[in-house]
Amino acid sequence: MTVAGPRLQPTLFELSRPGRGGGKVPHPPADALERIPPDQRRETPPGLPELNEPELVRHYVNLSQLNYAVDTGFYPLGSCTMKWNPKVNEWAARLPGFAGLHPMAPDAVAQGTLQLLWELEQILAEISGMRAVTLQPAAGAHGELTGILMIRAYHAARGDHDRTEVLVPDSAHGTNPATATMAGLRTVSVKAAPDGGVDLGAFRAAIGPRTAAVMITNPSTMGLFESRIGELIEIVHAAGGLAYMDGANLNAILGRFKPGEAGFDVMHINTHKTFSTPHGGGGPGAGPVGVGEKLLPYLPAPRVLREPDGSFRLERPGERPSSIGRMRSFVGSTGVLVRAYAYLRTHGASGLREITDDAVLAANYLKTRLADSGAYDIPFPGVCKHEFIASASSIKKRTGVRTLDIAKRLLDHGFHAPTVYFPLTVDEAMLIEPTETESVETLDAFADALIEIAHEADTDPEAVTSAPHDAPVRRLDEATAARNPNLRWRPATGAWTPCPD
Amino acid sequence: MAYGPHTPADRERMLAALGMTSVDELFADIPAELRASPLRLDPPEPEQELMARMAALAGRNRVGLASFLGAGAYRHFSPPLVDQLLLRGEWYTAYTPYQPEVSQGTLQSIYEYESLLAELVGLDVVSASHYDGAAATAEAALMTCRATGRGRVLVSRAIHPHYRQTLETYFGGAGLRFDEVPIVTSGERAGTTDLEALGRLLADGEPVAGVLAAQPSFYGLLEPMAEIGRLAHAAGALFVAVVEPVSLGVLAPPGSYGADIAAGEGQPLGIALQFGGPYLGILACTDALVRQIPGRLVGLTTDLDGRRAFVMTLQAREQHIRRERAASNICTNQALLALAASIWLGSLGPHGLRDVAAMGASKATELEAALSGAGAPRLHPGPYLNEFAVSVPDAAGVHRRLLDRGILAGLVLGAAVPDEPSVADALLVCATETTTSGEIQAFARALAEELGLAGRAPAAEPVVAGAGAGA
Repeated sequence: MTVAGPRLQPTLFELSRPGRGGGKVPHPPADALERIPPDQRRETPPGLPELNEPELVRHYVNLSQLNYAVDTGFYPLGSCTMKWNPKVNEWAARLPGFAGLHPMAPDAVAQGTLQLLWELEQILAEISGMRAVTLQPAAGAHGELTGILMIRAYHAARGDHDRTEVLVPDSAHGTNPATATMAGLRTVSVKAAPDGGVDLGAFRAAIGPRTAAVMITNPSTMGLFESRIGELIEIVHAAGGLAYMDGANLNAILGRFKPGEAGFDVMHINTHKTFSTPHGGGGPGAGPVGVGEKLLPYLPAPRVLREPDGSFRLERPGERPSSIGRMRSFVGSTGVLVRAYAYLRTHGASGLREITDDAVLAANYLKTRLADSGAYDIPFPGVCKHEFIASASSIKKRTGVRTLDIAKRLLDHGFHAPTVYFPLTVDEAMLIEPTETESVETLDAFADALIEIAHEADTDPEAVTSAPHDAPVRRLDEATAARNPNLRWRPATGAWTPCPD
Repeated sequence: MAYGPHTPADRERMLAALGMTSVDELFADIPAELRASPLRLDPPEPEQELMARMAALAGRNRVGLASFLGAGAYRHFSPPLVDQLLLRGEWYTAYTPYQPEVSQGTLQSIYEYESLLAELVGLDVVSASHYDGAAATAEAALMTCRATGRGRVLVSRAIHPHYRQTLETYFGGAGLRFDEVPIVTSGERAGTTDLEALGRLLADGEPVAGVLAAQPSFYGLLEPMAEIGRLAHAAGALFVAVVEPVSLGVLAPPGSYGADIAAGEGQPLGIALQFGGPYLGILACTDALVRQIPGRLVGLTTDLDGRRAFVMTLQAREQHIRRERAASNICTNQALLALAASIWLGSLGPHGLRDVAAMGASKATELEAALSGAGAPRLHPGPYLNEFAVSVPDAAGVHRRLLDRGILAGLVLGAAVPDEPSVADALLVCATETTTSGEIQAFARALAEELGLAGRAPAAEPVVAGAGAGA
């Protein structure tokens, strides 16, 4: 096994040399730990690496250069909305007044942040058409759990204890069924109609007195607006259930469709998708949840309140007994929310609508270019929203080249791959989401690359199936990684080394 | 639009390719009766004005206080290199490493994080991160139920109230049961988990899946973790240690006292306070529990040419594969915060981490003496690391008045844990390596005046020698 090369990096542990580093913090007095009982103390220091600053910085700079990122190029990862992450938002979140504020500080000390959070709740309520918003959930899936727990509390408060089922379309994100399970409910999967929407017949058949809620992603994970949404909501309400909207695809409907106005009872918003907060290599996110009138009493605690004198405060412990309680510590991922707030202020009403218009325009343009080329199957022709599905189903039948191969070949062309093999309902799916911040030149170049790869699948399939050729590593042995998991470095020698000074 | 690239000519060209003249045609699929009312929001704001607005809002927060507030979130020194590295776009504007060939930076950094934390907690499996300490603790409790097939956990009341409340929310949803283990209210062990009560709760009623206790506890006290673990294991339950990671620079790691799972808040590892998040949920377990741990895991492997590489692994536990049978619904995690913690640990090294933890203890010793001299003795007699409760009559009133004098006198325990009468008139205070002797003396002087004991205020000189003494 080659452990490092021109681009690969040794681990922190391999770089470590006993006695390196230091100079960052003062030494405590020798007797600092005398009052700690010996049996409570650590016997040997943890085996952390010892590096000096230049080595440490180079390690992380060199590692960073092995990453693809929005800052380096086009990242059309469907359902993830990899739009531009504005730099001013990073500046704002780091202002000492925001960054240095303790989460248990008294309200009087935190008026600026509390005002920001309160205003952000109002803005998100207006966009979603909901009555009120909680900013507490730490991510989209966390928001889903918050929403479903509120729905459970609503039914329980009405003595309606038999509602144990959540209807989820089979094209949904895996988080939806996983959320239902965490909330102690059972998932009932509903299949899609040939047009990609929810099948009304299957939906009616599945719904009943045991239905607690339906979870609908709109636009769907196929990038299609759920045109029967009005009927779906009526049906679930008539059956006594509530309607949950997965807001993962909110970028497609800003100013065009307000879920609360259409009758949804609750929805979550992914700030790290729609409102530009950086994905950070997998997180953090934030998953604000909006609710209509019915779920208002159950919002997590604490809420941010505005007093008659215009000051702001947090609810006190136990102040609102109907609440489902806490979903996490403190108030929420405020640093993420500061960025989302800055983004929303930057765009305002007209800018938000333009985001959606341009995102949908870009997706349709790209989709049409691919459809016109005939290179890929486009299972749902017609207008899409912010993303669309292309499929390599015919290419696979003809050449043996799969979507996975095409994804890897795109890396050689300098693009990140789209989301692949999702949704699970489409064979050899590629879910492509260009977002509103990519130029028409970039969209053209990406379409050209995809078309060229499809051509290459016919003329030189080996070049595609063996891709990537130009990435820091080639395809990985995932099977061995799972069979014999190696999940941590084991320092070769004992950790104990003398303090350098 | 602020960040959009399209000129009017671009839009026309794209629409023409679609055979359309207006973007409205792209929204014809939204039924007319369901189209949105106009957005009632302010107009767009140019960057210059936005910056003024944000600076004004940030300026309304008071962050220049002499602060002794911890209670689950701690201010620590962070070398500038940490944030400078985090600001590289290759880190913060990447997504989940779904294409490992172009995500080796993120993947290796997560593997290194798992390895660093494994060293700290003394357990072999560390998840790539959870939302925060509270959510990680709730997930740890759920793990014990899955692993044992039992449906009841015991939670020490000396765990952070937010964590207990979060666990209650999660458990209510899952239809599982938890009972709280009271704290001792008087004597030498006052404030720590009541071992006799724990023994009774383990013996009575439904079998217990897991026992949860915090080290240091919410009250800053060192708990008899080994003893709690023995009691849990004797009853066939798993033992979950809720830990503060900086303390593990000097305190015994969970793996050494028999914990099966460690959970905790990673914020102290150089992550800004920022009013509650984004923080870093730490979750770790023994090898035996690897199939039960929720969240992403990164492992070491090779590529087709035999080069060492890193990849997300054991994904059969996760929601995108397992759907309703997944170990958790978690998808987005706190990867960037895990990176921040790794860089911070890398910049300090084992000795720097020990110095940070020990300096906090040293400053806390100084704080204890100063506050005691000012008329506010410790509430609990047992050992502590860098946080402790002090008895203060009318704690809420004193806290409010000290704030007017520029001192954030910790946490009013009576307000934070109103259901714990034994801490009703007390403040929870902490010190870290960032606490100065000047702040401690100012606190003590002001407190003595508030308590009408001005004559007993300590002298201006530090009670205990602070920074500068050799290690």
